[in-house]
Amino acid sequence: MSIRDLPIPDLFERAVEGDRRALGRLLTHIERENEHAAPIAELAHPLAGTGHVVGITGAPGSGKSTLTGQLVKLLGELGLRAAVLAVDPSSPLTGGAILGDRVRMEDVASPETFIRSMATRGHQGGLALAVPGVVRVLNACGYNPVLIETVGVGQVEVDVAGTADTTVVVATPGMGDGVQANKAGLLELADLFVVNKADRPGANDVRRDLDLMLDLSHATGQDQRTGLRPEIIMTSALTGEGAPEMWEAIERHRAAITANGQLEQRRRDRDVVEVRNRLLVAAERRVDELLSAESHADLLDRVAARSVAPATASSEIAQQLH
Amino acid sequence: MSDDPIRVVLAKLGFDGHDRGIKVVARILRDAGMEVIYLGLRQSYANVVNAVEQEDADAVGLSMHNASHLTLAPKMVEALAAADLDVPVIVGGIIPDEDVQPLADKGVAAILGPGASAEEVAAAVRSAVAQRAG
Repeated sequence: MSIRDLPIPDLFERAVEGDRRALGRLLTHIERENEHAAPIAELAHPLAGTGHVVGITGAPGSGKSTLTGQLVKLLGELGLRAAVLAVDPSSPLTGGAILGDRVRMEDVASPETFIRSMATRGHQGGLALAVPGVVRVLNACGYNPVLIETVGVGQVEVDVAGTADTTVVVATPGMGDGVQANKAGLLELADLFVVNKADRPGANDVRRDLDLMLDLSHATGQDQRTGLRPEIIMTSALTGEGAPEMWEAIERHRAAITANGQLEQRRRDRDVVEVRNRLLVAAERRVDELLSAESHADLLDRVAARSVAPATASSEIAQQLH
Repeated sequence: MSDDPIRVVLAKLGFDGHDRGIKVVARILRDAGMEVIYLGLRQSYANVVNAVEQEDADAVGLSMHNASHLTLAPKMVEALAAADLDVPVIVGGIIPDEDVQPLADKGVAAILGPGASAEEVAAAVRSAVAQRAG
Protein backbone atom coordinates (compact mmCIF):
# COMPACT_ATOMS: atom_id res chain seq x y z
CA MET A 1 0.00 0.00 0.00
CA SER A 2 1.31 3.41 -0.91
CA ILE A 3 2.03 5.66 1.99
CA ARG A 4 -0.34 8.23 0.52
CA ASP A 5 -3.29 5.88 1.05
CA LEU A 6 -2.56 5.02 4.70
CA PRO A 7 -5.18 6.15 7.22
CA ILE A 8 -3.99 9.09 9.29
CA PRO A 9 -3.57 7.23 12.61
CA ASP A 10 -1.35 4.63 10.89
CA LEU A 11 0.63 7.33 9.15
CA PHE A 12 1.09 9.11 12.46
CA GLU A 13 2.22 5.95 14.23
CA ARG A 14 4.81 5.35 11.54
CA ALA A 15 6.07 8.91 11.79
CA VAL A 16 6.44 8.61 15.56
CA GLU A 17 8.39 5.39 15.05
CA GLY A 18 10.83 7.27 12.82
CA ASP A 19 9.50 6.84 9.28
CA ARG A 20 10.56 10.05 7.55
CA ARG A 21 8.33 9.60 4.54
CA ALA A 22 5.33 9.36 6.84
CA LEU A 23 6.43 12.46 8.70
CA GLY A 24 7.01 14.32 5.42
CA ARG A 25 3.47 13.45 4.39
CA LEU A 26 1.94 14.55 7.70
CA LEU A 27 3.64 17.93 7.38
CA THR A 28 2.15 18.36 3.90
CA HIS A 29 -1.34 17.86 5.33
CA ILE A 30 -0.65 20.41 8.05
CA GLU A 31 0.81 22.86 5.58
CA ARG A 32 -2.18 22.53 3.27
CA GLU A 33 -4.60 22.95 6.17
CA ASN A 34 -6.67 20.18 4.56
CA GLU A 35 -9.23 17.89 6.18
CA HIS A 36 -6.48 15.75 7.76
CA ALA A 37 -4.80 18.64 9.55
CA ALA A 38 -7.09 18.75 12.57
CA PRO A 39 -7.01 14.97 13.27
CA ILE A 40 -3.20 15.05 13.02
CA ALA A 41 -3.00 17.98 15.43
CA GLU A 42 -5.26 16.06 17.81
CA LEU A 43 -2.85 13.12 17.79
CA ALA A 44 0.27 15.29 18.07
CA HIS A 45 -0.78 17.81 20.68
CA PRO A 46 -0.59 15.51 23.74
CA LEU A 47 2.89 14.33 22.70
CA ALA A 48 4.28 17.79 21.94
CA GLY A 49 5.13 20.80 24.04
CA THR A 50 8.24 19.51 25.76
CA GLY A 51 10.82 20.22 23.07
CA HIS A 52 12.78 23.42 22.84
CA VAL A 53 11.70 25.62 19.92
CA VAL A 54 14.37 28.02 18.69
CA GLY A 55 13.63 30.76 16.15
CA ILE A 56 16.55 32.05 14.07
CA THR A 57 15.92 35.20 12.11
CA GLY A 58 17.82 38.04 10.50
CA ALA A 59 18.23 39.99 7.28
CA PRO A 60 18.75 38.18 3.95
CA GLY A 61 22.41 37.28 3.56
CA SER A 62 23.21 37.50 7.27
CA GLY A 63 24.20 33.84 7.26
CA LYS A 64 21.17 32.32 8.97
CA SER A 65 21.15 29.14 6.93
CA THR A 66 24.87 28.53 7.23
CA LEU A 67 24.70 29.26 10.95
CA THR A 68 21.71 26.96 11.34
CA GLY A 69 23.74 24.33 9.49
CA GLN A 70 26.60 24.75 11.96
CA LEU A 71 24.21 24.48 14.86
CA VAL A 72 22.61 21.36 13.43
CA LYS A 73 26.04 19.80 12.98
CA LEU A 74 26.88 20.54 16.59
CA LEU A 75 23.55 19.18 17.84
CA GLY A 76 24.21 15.99 15.91
CA GLU A 77 27.57 15.66 17.63
CA LEU A 78 25.84 16.19 20.97
CA GLY A 79 23.55 13.30 20.11
CA LEU A 80 20.43 15.43 19.85
CA ARG A 81 17.77 14.71 17.25
CA ALA A 82 17.17 18.13 15.77
CA ALA A 83 14.69 19.31 13.17
CA VAL A 84 14.86 22.44 11.05
CA LEU A 85 11.91 24.27 9.57
CA ALA A 86 13.30 26.66 6.96
CA VAL A 87 10.80 29.28 5.82
CA ASP A 88 11.35 31.23 2.59
CA PRO A 89 9.07 33.73 0.85
CA SER A 90 6.65 32.80 -1.91
CA SER A 91 6.36 35.03 -4.94
CA PRO A 92 3.36 37.29 -4.39
CA LEU A 93 2.74 37.24 -8.14
CA THR A 94 2.78 33.55 -8.99
CA GLY A 95 2.68 31.82 -5.61
CA GLY A 96 5.82 29.89 -6.55
CA ALA A 97 8.98 29.79 -4.44
CA ILE A 98 12.62 28.79 -4.54
CA LEU A 99 13.50 27.11 -1.27
CA GLY A 100 17.27 27.04 -1.07
CA ASP A 101 18.15 26.50 2.57
CA ARG A 102 18.72 22.74 2.56
CA VAL A 103 21.83 23.25 0.46
CA ARG A 104 23.65 24.82 3.35
CA MET A 105 22.57 22.28 5.93
CA GLU A 106 22.26 18.85 4.42
CA ASP A 107 25.94 18.09 4.04
CA VAL A 108 26.82 18.97 7.61
CA ALA A 109 23.71 17.62 9.30
CA SER A 110 23.74 14.26 11.04
CA PRO A 111 21.56 11.64 9.32
CA GLU A 112 19.14 11.95 12.23
CA THR A 113 18.33 15.55 11.35
CA PHE A 114 15.00 16.29 9.69
CA ILE A 115 14.93 19.37 7.46
CA ARG A 116 11.73 20.77 6.01
CA SER A 117 11.46 23.78 3.71
CA MET A 118 8.31 25.83 3.73
CA ALA A 119 7.12 28.70 1.57
CA THR A 120 5.15 31.54 3.05
CA ARG A 121 2.46 30.85 0.38
CA GLY A 122 -1.25 31.33 0.57
CA HIS A 123 -1.87 29.33 3.70
CA GLN A 124 -5.29 30.39 4.76
CA GLY A 125 -4.48 32.30 7.88
CA GLY A 126 -0.86 32.67 6.94
CA LEU A 127 2.15 31.12 8.57
CA ALA A 128 0.65 31.86 11.94
CA LEU A 129 -1.31 28.62 11.55
CA ALA A 130 1.11 26.47 9.58
CA VAL A 131 4.29 27.01 11.60
CA PRO A 132 2.97 25.99 15.05
CA GLY A 133 1.22 23.05 13.40
CA VAL A 134 4.43 21.78 11.80
CA VAL A 135 6.46 22.37 14.96
CA ARG A 136 3.90 20.41 16.98
CA VAL A 137 4.18 17.36 14.73
CA LEU A 138 8.00 17.49 14.62
CA ASN A 139 8.08 17.71 18.38
CA ALA A 140 5.57 14.87 18.78
CA CYS A 141 7.83 12.71 16.60
CA GLY A 142 10.70 13.19 19.01
CA TYR A 143 12.58 16.05 17.40
CA ASN A 144 14.11 18.28 20.03
CA PRO A 145 15.18 21.00 19.53
CA VAL A 146 13.18 22.30 16.59
CA LEU A 147 14.90 25.22 14.84
CA ILE A 148 12.77 27.61 12.79
CA GLU A 149 14.72 29.71 10.33
CA THR A 150 13.09 32.73 8.67
CA VAL A 151 14.10 35.74 6.71
CA GLY A 152 13.78 38.89 8.79
CA VAL A 153 11.34 40.97 6.84
CA GLY A 154 7.85 41.91 7.89
CA GLN A 155 5.23 39.95 9.72
CA VAL A 156 6.68 36.51 9.19
CA GLU A 157 9.35 36.61 11.84
CA VAL A 158 7.01 38.21 14.33
CA ASP A 159 4.81 35.15 13.90
CA VAL A 160 7.88 32.97 14.32
CA ALA A 161 9.00 34.78 17.44
CA GLY A 162 5.55 34.01 18.79
CA THR A 163 6.13 30.32 18.11
CA ALA A 164 9.64 30.03 19.57
CA ASP A 165 10.81 29.59 23.17
CA THR A 166 14.05 31.35 22.29
CA THR A 167 14.35 33.83 19.43
CA VAL A 168 17.83 34.43 18.03
CA VAL A 169 18.36 37.52 15.90
CA VAL A 170 21.37 37.36 13.56
CA ALA A 171 23.13 40.64 12.85
CA THR A 172 26.17 41.29 10.67
CA PRO A 173 28.75 44.03 10.20
CA GLY A 174 27.53 46.74 7.85
CA MET A 175 23.90 46.59 8.91
CA GLY A 176 23.80 50.23 10.01
CA ASP A 177 24.71 52.34 12.98
CA GLY A 178 23.36 52.52 16.50
CA VAL A 179 20.25 54.39 15.40
CA GLN A 180 19.19 51.41 13.29
CA ALA A 181 19.68 49.12 16.25
CA ASN A 182 17.51 51.36 18.36
CA LYS A 183 14.57 51.37 15.97
CA ALA A 184 11.54 49.36 16.90
CA GLY A 185 10.96 45.98 15.38
CA LEU A 186 12.80 42.75 15.13
CA LEU A 187 15.44 43.67 17.67
CA GLU A 188 12.84 43.93 20.41
CA LEU A 189 11.89 40.31 19.87
CA ALA A 190 15.39 38.96 20.44
CA ASP A 191 16.18 36.70 23.37
CA LEU A 192 19.71 36.37 22.07
CA PHE A 193 21.80 38.28 19.54
CA VAL A 194 24.33 36.66 17.28
CA VAL A 195 26.82 38.86 15.45
CA ASN A 196 27.74 36.66 12.50
CA LYS A 197 30.69 37.20 10.13
CA ALA A 198 32.61 38.20 13.26
CA ASP A 199 35.86 37.82 11.32
CA ARG A 200 34.91 40.86 9.24
CA PRO A 201 35.75 44.48 10.02
CA GLY A 202 33.04 46.25 11.94
CA ALA A 203 31.82 43.23 13.91
CA ASN A 204 32.82 44.78 17.20
CA ASP A 205 30.99 47.99 16.28
CA VAL A 206 27.81 45.99 15.80
CA ARG A 207 28.34 44.37 19.15
CA ARG A 208 28.84 47.75 20.79
CA ASP A 209 25.72 49.21 19.14
CA LEU A 210 23.61 46.28 20.28
CA ASP A 211 25.04 46.57 23.76
CA LEU A 212 24.16 50.28 23.88
CA MET A 213 20.64 49.54 22.70
CA LEU A 214 20.27 46.96 25.45
CA ASP A 215 21.52 49.54 27.97
CA LEU A 216 18.71 51.83 26.81
CA SER A 217 16.18 49.05 27.15
CA HIS A 218 17.36 48.67 30.71
CA ALA A 219 17.25 52.41 31.36
CA THR A 220 13.67 52.68 30.10
CA GLY A 221 12.59 49.58 31.98
CA GLN A 222 11.66 47.79 28.79
CA ASP A 223 13.63 44.70 29.69
CA GLN A 224 11.44 44.15 32.71
CA ARG A 225 9.06 42.45 30.31
CA THR A 226 11.39 39.47 30.24
CA GLY A 227 13.63 40.16 33.19
CA LEU A 228 16.58 39.01 31.13
CA ARG A 229 19.18 40.90 29.21
CA PRO A 230 19.80 39.20 25.84
CA GLU A 231 23.34 37.90 25.44
CA ILE A 232 25.42 38.84 22.41
CA ILE A 233 27.43 36.03 20.82
CA MET A 234 30.05 36.46 18.09
CA THR A 235 30.12 33.78 15.37
CA SER A 236 31.62 32.98 12.01
CA ALA A 237 29.23 30.60 10.32
CA LEU A 238 31.71 29.77 7.55
CA THR A 239 34.25 28.31 9.97
CA GLY A 240 31.78 27.25 12.63
CA GLU A 241 33.48 29.46 15.17
CA GLY A 242 31.14 30.52 17.95
CA ALA A 243 28.49 27.87 17.22
CA PRO A 244 29.08 26.01 20.52
CA GLU A 245 28.91 29.30 22.43
CA MET A 246 25.69 30.14 20.62
CA TRP A 247 24.12 26.83 21.61
CA GLU A 248 25.25 27.27 25.21
CA ALA A 249 23.65 30.72 25.28
CA ILE A 250 20.41 29.28 23.87
CA GLU A 251 20.48 26.63 26.62
CA ARG A 252 21.14 29.28 29.27
CA HIS A 253 18.15 31.26 28.02
CA ARG A 254 15.96 28.20 28.18
CA ALA A 255 17.16 27.37 31.68
CA ALA A 256 16.49 30.95 32.80
CA ILE A 257 12.95 31.12 31.44
CA THR A 258 12.24 27.66 32.80
CA ALA A 259 13.39 28.76 36.25
CA ASN A 260 11.42 32.01 36.30
CA GLY A 261 8.24 30.43 34.99
CA GLN A 262 8.24 32.35 31.73
CA LEU A 263 8.55 29.29 29.56
CA GLU A 264 5.31 27.90 30.86
CA GLN A 265 3.65 31.28 30.47
CA ARG A 266 4.96 31.75 26.93
CA ARG A 267 3.70 28.33 25.90
CA ARG A 268 0.29 28.96 27.40
CA ASP A 269 0.07 32.35 25.68
CA ARG A 270 1.15 30.77 22.44
CA ASP A 271 -1.59 28.16 22.55
CA VAL A 272 -4.16 30.85 23.23
CA VAL A 273 -2.80 32.90 20.32
CA GLU A 274 -3.13 29.87 18.07
CA VAL A 275 -6.75 29.37 19.08
CA ARG A 276 -7.30 33.07 18.49
CA ASN A 277 -5.67 32.96 15.05
CA ARG A 278 -7.85 30.03 14.06
CA LEU A 279 -10.96 31.87 15.19
CA LEU A 280 -9.89 34.90 13.19
CA VAL A 281 -9.50 32.78 10.07
CA ALA A 282 -12.94 31.27 10.61
CA ALA A 283 -14.41 34.71 11.22
CA GLU A 284 -12.79 36.06 8.09
CA ARG A 285 -14.30 33.26 6.04
CA ARG A 286 -17.72 34.00 7.50
CA VAL A 287 -17.33 37.69 6.67
CA ASP A 288 -16.39 36.90 3.08
CA GLU A 289 -19.43 34.65 2.85
CA LEU A 290 -21.71 37.40 4.10
CA LEU A 291 -20.21 39.96 1.76
CA SER A 292 -20.72 37.80 -1.29
CA ALA A 293 -24.28 36.90 -0.27
CA GLU A 294 -26.94 37.96 -2.76
CA SER A 295 -29.00 39.56 0.00
CA HIS A 296 -26.32 42.17 0.67
CA ALA A 297 -25.67 43.17 -2.93
CA ASP A 298 -28.22 45.96 -2.72
CA LEU A 299 -26.74 47.35 0.51
CA LEU A 300 -23.22 47.34 -0.96
CA ASP A 301 -24.54 49.07 -4.09
CA ARG A 302 -25.96 51.82 -1.90
CA VAL A 303 -22.54 52.24 -0.24
CA ALA A 304 -20.99 52.60 -3.69
CA ALA A 305 -23.70 55.14 -4.61
CA ARG A 306 -22.83 57.08 -1.44
CA SER A 307 -26.29 56.88 0.08
CA VAL A 308 -25.14 54.58 2.94
CA ALA A 309 -21.85 54.98 4.82
CA PRO A 310 -19.54 51.93 5.09
CA ALA A 311 -19.78 52.01 8.88
CA THR A 312 -23.60 51.80 8.77
CA ALA A 313 -23.49 48.96 6.25
CA SER A 314 -21.01 46.98 8.32
CA SER A 315 -23.04 47.30 11.53
CA GLU A 316 -26.07 46.11 9.62
CA ILE A 317 -24.23 43.06 8.26
CA ALA A 318 -22.55 42.44 11.62
CA GLN A 319 -25.89 41.50 13.12
CA GLN A 320 -25.69 38.29 11.14
CA LEU A 321 -22.18 37.48 12.39
CA HIS A 322 -22.92 34.40 14.41
CA MET B 1 -7.29 17.81 -7.32
CA SER B 2 -6.48 21.00 -5.46
CA ASP B 3 -4.46 24.06 -6.35
CA ASP B 4 -1.76 23.22 -3.84
CA PRO B 5 1.61 24.04 -5.41
CA ILE B 6 3.65 21.21 -6.92
CA ARG B 7 6.90 20.70 -4.98
CA VAL B 8 9.95 19.84 -7.08
CA VAL B 9 13.45 18.90 -5.89
CA LEU B 10 16.06 20.24 -8.34
CA ALA B 11 19.61 18.89 -8.29
CA LYS B 12 22.75 18.23 -10.24
CA LEU B 13 24.40 14.90 -9.46
CA GLY B 14 28.10 14.27 -9.10
CA PHE B 15 30.79 16.53 -10.49
CA ASP B 16 28.83 18.33 -13.19
CA GLY B 17 29.48 22.00 -12.47
CA HIS B 18 27.34 23.69 -15.13
CA ASP B 19 24.61 25.29 -13.09
CA ARG B 20 23.29 28.07 -15.30
CA GLY B 21 20.59 25.79 -16.70
CA ILE B 22 19.30 24.57 -13.35
CA LYS B 23 19.05 28.13 -12.10
CA VAL B 24 16.99 29.12 -15.12
CA VAL B 25 14.74 26.08 -14.62
CA ALA B 26 14.30 26.96 -10.94
CA ARG B 27 13.03 30.38 -11.97
CA ILE B 28 10.77 28.92 -14.67
CA LEU B 29 9.14 26.55 -12.19
CA ARG B 30 8.81 29.24 -9.53
CA ASP B 31 7.16 31.53 -12.07
CA ALA B 32 4.83 28.67 -12.97
CA GLY B 33 3.66 28.70 -9.35
CA MET B 34 5.65 25.69 -8.12
CA GLU B 35 7.77 25.35 -5.00
CA VAL B 36 11.33 24.47 -5.90
CA ILE B 37 13.50 22.78 -3.31
CA TYR B 38 16.82 23.80 -4.73
CA LEU B 39 19.73 21.46 -3.95
CA GLY B 40 22.02 22.70 -6.68
CA LEU B 41 25.49 21.34 -7.39
CA ARG B 42 27.35 18.16 -6.42
CA GLN B 43 24.51 16.21 -4.90
CA SER B 44 24.44 12.49 -4.13
CA TYR B 45 21.54 10.07 -4.66
CA ALA B 46 21.17 9.93 -0.88
CA ASN B 47 20.80 13.71 -0.63
CA VAL B 48 18.06 13.69 -3.24
CA VAL B 49 16.27 10.75 -1.59
CA ASN B 50 16.46 12.51 1.79
CA ALA B 51 15.08 15.70 0.34
CA VAL B 52 12.19 13.94 -1.41
CA GLU B 53 11.27 12.13 1.82
CA GLN B 54 11.50 15.08 4.15
CA GLU B 55 10.01 17.64 1.78
CA ASP B 56 7.30 15.27 0.53
CA ALA B 57 8.22 16.36 -2.99
CA ASP B 58 6.07 15.55 -6.02
CA ALA B 59 8.90 15.34 -8.56
CA VAL B 60 12.67 15.33 -9.03
CA GLY B 61 14.33 17.43 -11.72
CA LEU B 62 17.91 16.59 -12.72
CA SER B 63 20.05 18.93 -14.75
CA MET B 64 22.78 17.11 -16.68
CA HIS B 65 25.47 18.61 -18.86
CA ASN B 66 28.48 16.31 -18.73
CA ALA B 67 27.29 13.24 -20.62
CA SER B 68 26.79 11.24 -17.45
CA HIS B 69 23.01 11.07 -17.90
CA LEU B 70 22.90 7.47 -19.17
CA THR B 71 24.64 6.31 -15.99
CA LEU B 72 23.33 8.69 -13.31
CA ALA B 73 19.69 9.27 -14.27
CA PRO B 74 18.65 5.58 -14.21
CA LYS B 75 20.49 5.16 -10.89
CA MET B 76 18.52 8.07 -9.46
CA VAL B 77 15.30 6.39 -10.60
CA GLU B 78 16.45 3.16 -8.91
CA ALA B 79 17.48 4.92 -5.69
CA LEU B 80 14.06 6.54 -5.37
CA ALA B 81 12.29 3.25 -6.08
CA ALA B 82 14.50 1.48 -3.53
CA ALA B 83 13.40 4.03 -0.93
CA ASP B 84 9.79 3.32 -1.96
CA LEU B 85 9.33 6.84 -3.25
CA ASP B 86 6.96 7.02 -6.18
CA VAL B 87 7.96 10.33 -7.75
CA PRO B 88 8.77 11.03 -11.42
CA VAL B 89 12.32 11.95 -12.46
CA ILE B 90 12.57 14.59 -15.17
CA VAL B 91 15.91 15.18 -16.88
CA GLY B 92 16.93 18.42 -18.55
CA GLY B 93 20.16 19.36 -20.31
CA ILE B 94 22.30 18.17 -23.17
CA ILE B 95 20.78 14.81 -24.04
CA PRO B 96 21.51 13.44 -27.55
CA ASP B 97 18.42 12.23 -29.44
CA GLU B 98 19.56 8.63 -29.43
CA ASP B 99 19.71 8.63 -25.60
CA VAL B 100 16.11 9.74 -25.13
CA GLN B 101 14.51 6.34 -25.62
CA PRO B 102 17.03 4.44 -23.44
CA LEU B 103 16.40 6.92 -20.61
CA ALA B 104 12.63 6.59 -21.01
CA ASP B 105 13.02 2.80 -20.93
CA LYS B 106 14.87 3.12 -17.62
CA GLY B 107 11.97 5.03 -16.09
CA VAL B 108 12.85 8.69 -16.68
CA ALA B 109 9.46 10.41 -16.96
CA ALA B 110 10.37 13.29 -19.26
CA ILE B 111 13.42 14.69 -21.03
CA LEU B 112 13.86 18.36 -21.88
CA GLY B 113 16.52 19.63 -24.26
CA PRO B 114 18.09 23.08 -24.61
CA GLY B 115 15.31 24.28 -26.95
CA ALA B 116 12.48 23.65 -24.49
CA SER B 117 10.38 26.73 -23.76
CA ALA B 118 9.36 27.79 -20.26
CA GLU B 119 5.84 26.56 -20.99
CA GLU B 120 7.14 23.18 -22.13
CA VAL B 121 9.25 22.79 -18.98
CA ALA B 122 6.34 23.57 -16.65
CA ALA B 123 3.93 21.43 -18.67
CA ALA B 124 6.31 18.45 -18.59
CA VAL B 125 6.54 18.63 -14.79
CA ARG B 126 2.78 19.03 -14.38
CA SER B 127 1.98 16.12 -16.63
CA ALA B 128 4.61 13.84 -15.06
CA VAL B 129 3.20 14.61 -11.60
CA ALA B 130 -0.40 14.15 -12.74
CA GLN B 131 0.42 10.74 -14.23
CA ARG B 132 1.89 9.49 -10.94
CA ALA B 133 -0.93 10.86 -8.84
CA GLY B 134 -3.56 9.31 -11.14
